[in-house]
Amino acid sequence: MNQRTARKAARRSVGSVRRISAPWAEPDAKALVEFRSVTKSYGDVTAVDGLSLSIYPGEFFALLGPSGCGKTTLMRMLAGFEEPTGGTILLDGVEITGTPPHRRPTNMMFQSYALFPHMSVWDNIAFGLKQEGMARAAIASRVEEMLALVRLEGLARRRPDQLSGGQRQRVALARSLAKRPKVLLLDEPLGALDRKLREATQFELMDLQADLGLTFLMVTHDQDEAMIMADRIAVMDHGRIVQVAPAEEVYEQPANRYVAEFVGDVTIAEGVVTSVRGHLVHIHAPHFGAIEIDEEEGRANVGAPALVALRPEKIQIGHDEPAQPLNKVRGEIWDIAYLGDFTMMQVKVGGDDGPLVKAAIANRTRRMERPFAWDDMVWLWWDVEAGVLIDP
Amino acid sequence: MTTPPDPDPGRSLRLGRRIVLAVPFLWLLALFLTPFLIVARMSLSDTARALPPYAPHWEGFGRLGEFLAALDLENYALLASDTLYLAAYLSSVRLAAISTILALVVAFPLAYAMARAPRRWQPALLVAVILPFWTSFLIRIYAWIGILRPEGFLDVVVQALGLADAPLGLLNTDAAVVLGMVYSYLPFMVLPIYAALERIDRSLLEAAADLGSPPWKSFWTVTVPLAAPGIVAGCLLVFIPAIGEFVIPDLLGGPDTLMIGKVLWTEFFSNRDWPLSSAVAIVLLAVLLLPLLVFQRALRRGEGAR
Amino acid sequence: MRRFGPFHMAALAAGLAFLYLPILILVVYSFNASRLVTVWGGFSTRWYGALLQNQQLLDAAWLSLKVAFGSATVATVLALLAAVALVRYGRFRGRTLFAGMIGAPLIMPEVVTGLSLLLLFVAIGLDRGFWTVTLAHITLTMCFATVVIQSRLVAFDRSLEEAAQDLGAPPWKAFLTVTLPILTPAVAAAWMLAFTLSLDDLVIASFTTGPSATTLPMRLYSAVRLGVTPEINAASTLLIAFVAIVVVGTSLIAKRDLLRSR
Repeated sequence: MNQRTARKAARRSVGSVRRISAPWAEPDAKALVEFRSVTKSYGDVTAVDGLSLSIYPGEFFALLGPSGCGKTTLMRMLAGFEEPTGGTILLDGVEITGTPPHRRPTNMMFQSYALFPHMSVWDNIAFGLKQEGMARAAIASRVEEMLALVRLEGLARRRPDQLSGGQRQRVALARSLAKRPKVLLLDEPLGALDRKLREATQFELMDLQADLGLTFLMVTHDQDEAMIMADRIAVMDHGRIVQVAPAEEVYEQPANRYVAEFVGDVTIAEGVVTSVRGHLVHIHAPHFGAIEIDEEEGRANVGAPALVALRPEKIQIGHDEPAQPLNKVRGEIWDIAYLGDFTMMQVKVGGDDGPLVKAAIANRTRRMERPFAWDDMVWLWWDVEAGVLIDP
Repeated sequence: MTTPPDPDPGRSLRLGRRIVLAVPFLWLLALFLTPFLIVARMSLSDTARALPPYAPHWEGFGRLGEFLAALDLENYALLASDTLYLAAYLSSVRLAAISTILALVVAFPLAYAMARAPRRWQPALLVAVILPFWTSFLIRIYAWIGILRPEGFLDVVVQALGLADAPLGLLNTDAAVVLGMVYSYLPFMVLPIYAALERIDRSLLEAAADLGSPPWKSFWTVTVPLAAPGIVAGCLLVFIPAIGEFVIPDLLGGPDTLMIGKVLWTEFFSNRDWPLSSAVAIVLLAVLLLPLLVFQRALRRGEGAR
Repeated sequence: MRRFGPFHMAALAAGLAFLYLPILILVVYSFNASRLVTVWGGFSTRWYGALLQNQQLLDAAWLSLKVAFGSATVATVLALLAAVALVRYGRFRGRTLFAGMIGAPLIMPEVVTGLSLLLLFVAIGLDRGFWTVTLAHITLTMCFATVVIQSRLVAFDRSLEEAAQDLGAPPWKAFLTVTLPILTPAVAAAWMLAFTLSLDDLVIASFTTGPSATTLPMRLYSAVRLGVTPEINAASTLLIAFVAIVVVGTSLIAKRDLLRSR
C-alpha cells in the first residue's frame, strides 16, 4: 500500500483519530516553518498578535478564520509581501525575516490566481524558472512535466482568458509548483470555483500534495474546505491562534466557545459543575436540567462555572420521553430546515425565554412514521459521550 | 481579506523609489510651480519701458530689501478701478455659464441615446464623439467661421430656403462665441454623462417600474440623480476651460466680446504690460478656484452620504 | 431589455450631425475649384497642390511634428513615473503638493500657463524657440498623460506583480515584465493624447516660442485671422484626415487585439 492510499484511508476514518504520522506530536520533529511570536501592526490595528506556530515537512496545514482575523497577513508574511513588526519567521531553520519575496523558496497560489494575462499558459508556468536562469531545455521539460501534472498538455499556447475557471486554477497551481517550493502557499485556493468543481479539486489537491510529498499552507474561511483537506487546522481570531489541531479534534474537542461556534453548528449550555466522579461530570444548566458528560479527569471542579458544547447530530429528537434519567430536555419545535441528507431542527427549551437547541436528524428513510411539525412538543436527549466541556 | 501591501524598504528599492518620484516632482517644481511663483511676483512689479519690460529686477539676496520694497499692489488696484477688467471677468463667467447650460442641453440627449444604443454600437459611438476632440481645435473653430460669416454657408442655406433675405451676421457676436464653445467642449460634456448613465444598473429602472413608477417619473427620480456626478463633472469640464478661453472669443467674437483670456493676451502681446497681465492671470485663477471648491464640497458630501 | 426608440435615434443623429457637419462642410469646400469659398466651382484638388508650394506652412508643420513627437515621448516617460509614485507610494511627504502640481495644469487656462512659462524662460535667460516650446509642452501634456496612466494603474491587479516577485523576479523586473506590458494600451493612449495636445496647441506655443520657431497652429491662426481661404480648407482637411486615420487605426488595432485575446 503506497503512502497516498494509506493517507487517504487515514483521512476517511474521521471521527476516530487514527493517523499514520503526526509529526507535530513527536518531541524531536524538526519544523519546516516556524513563526516565533510574530506581530504585525498597521498603525493602531494589530493584524497578527504575538503569534507562534510550527509547521512540519509534508503537512497540509490550514489557517482558518473569518475575514479580518489575520490569516492572510500571516501567510503574506511568510511569502515576504509583508514584514512582521515583531518576532521572527524561520524557514527550514533559516531566518527569512527581511528577505524580499523574490529570494524566498516559497511560492504562492493567489486567490485571484494572478495569471499574467499577456502570457500563454506555457510562459506563465515558465516564468519562475526563467527567473532562476535555468537552461532553456530544462525549462521546457519542467514546464511539460507541470502541464502533465495538472492535465493541461493541450492548452499550453492558450492565454489565461481563453481558459475556464477550473483550468485557470490548475495553471496557477502548476506555475507555483514549477519551482519546487519548500512550502506552497494557497490563498483561498478553491474560493473561485463552483461547488461541484470545488469538491473534485479538493481531492486532487490532497492527492497531489501526498504524491509530491510537499508542504502546503492554505488560508481559508471555509471550514469544510479546511476540514476535508488539512492535516491540521489553526483556527484564528483577532490575530491570534485559538486552537491548532487535526480537524476531528477541532470539531469534537473545541478549545473554546469561539472555535465551537465557528466550526460547525453547536448549542452551548451554560451551567455550574455539581459533582465530579472520576471522569463523569455533572453540570446543572438552567433550562437543560442536569447534564452528565464524560470528560478527562481533572478538567472540572465542583462549583465552577462550565460551558457544555453539544453538536446537533449528537442530539436525538422524539415525541416520547426517553428512558434515560439525565441528558434530556423537553421543548417546542421552533424551526425545521429540510436539507436533504438531514433535517435541522431548532427547538425552544425551557419556555419562551429559554435557548434554542439545534438538533439534526439524519434522513435515513424517505418517509418518517411520525413526522415532526412546527409547534410540536418534543423530547431531546443525548449520550454521555455527546457533550464536551469548553473554555469560555 | 486584502491588507495593504507593506513596502519593504530594501536599500536599492528605496533608492529606486526616490528616483521614480524625484524626476517628475522636480520637473514640475521647476516648470510649473516656479513659473507660477514668478507670475505672482511679477503681478506686484511695475511696468518699465525696458527689456524685459518690468521693474524691479532680481539682483541677488544682497538687495532683497530694496527689491521687496519696490513691489506693490498697483496692478491689482488698477484691475479693481478700471471697469473694463471687472466687466471682462463678469462677461467671461456669463458666457461660460451660458455655454455650459447649452452644452448640457445638447449633450444629455446624445449621451442618453448612446447609453441606450445597442451594445455593439457603443464603441463606435464613443469613437465618434471623441474623434472631433482629437482633431485640431483651431480647425474646428475655423470651420464655424466658414459657416457663420456673411455670405457663408449658413446664409446661403437660409436664403435658399427663403427664411431670410439679409445676411444673419452671426459671426463676431457673443452668440457665435457661445456656439463655438458649446461645439468645442461638447465631448467633455457627453463623455462623463455617458459614463454615468452607462453604469446605471438597468434593474434599478425595472425595480422603479415594478414599484409603480411610470417611465418619465423614473427618469427624474432614478436616472437623473444617478447621473448627477457625471453631469457635475461634465459641467465643470466645460465651464472651467471656457472661462479662460482665448481662441474662440478671438476668432468668433466681435470687438465687443469681452473675455478675460483675450484681455490677458492683449495686455501681454499688444500692450506688452507683463506685470498687469500677470495680475490678470492671478485674479483669473482666483475666479476659477470658486467652482472647484464648490465641486469638492459636493463631492465630499456625496461621499459622506454613501 | 434595451429599448432604443425613435427618440434615441433622433438624438443620436442630431448630436452627431452637430459634431460632424461643420467639419464635413470644410472638407467639401477644400475640393472647390473656385477661389470664392461659397460658390461651388466644381471639384478640384488644386488647393492641395498649392499647399505643397507653401514652404512656410510645410516648415511649420514639420516643426510641430518634431515638437509633438519629442514632447509626447518625454511627457509619457515622466507621466509613467508620476503615476507610479501617485498610485504606489501611499502617503509620502509632499504628496499633496505633487498631486496638486499634476492636477493644476489640467484646469489652468492656457493663457496663464503660457504666460508663466514665458516668464520663467525670460527669468533664466533661455533662448526662446524649439526647445522652450518643447519644454512647455512636456510640462502641460505630462499632466494629462499621468491622469490616463494613473487611472489604469489604479485598476491594476497588484497580485500580478506580487506573483512575479513570488516567482523570483526582483521588483524592477516584475514591473518591466508584467506591469508595463499590461499597461501598454494606457501608455500608448497617454502618448497619443500628449502628441495631439502638443500638435494642437496655439496659446502656449505663442507665448513660449521665439521668432525662429513658428508652429503649425500659429501659422494657421495668423492665416485664419485674415479670413477663409480654400488653401486653409485643404490644410485643415489633411490635418483632420491624419488625426482620423491615427485615431481610428489605433482603436481598430486595440479592438483586434481584444478579439484575438478572447
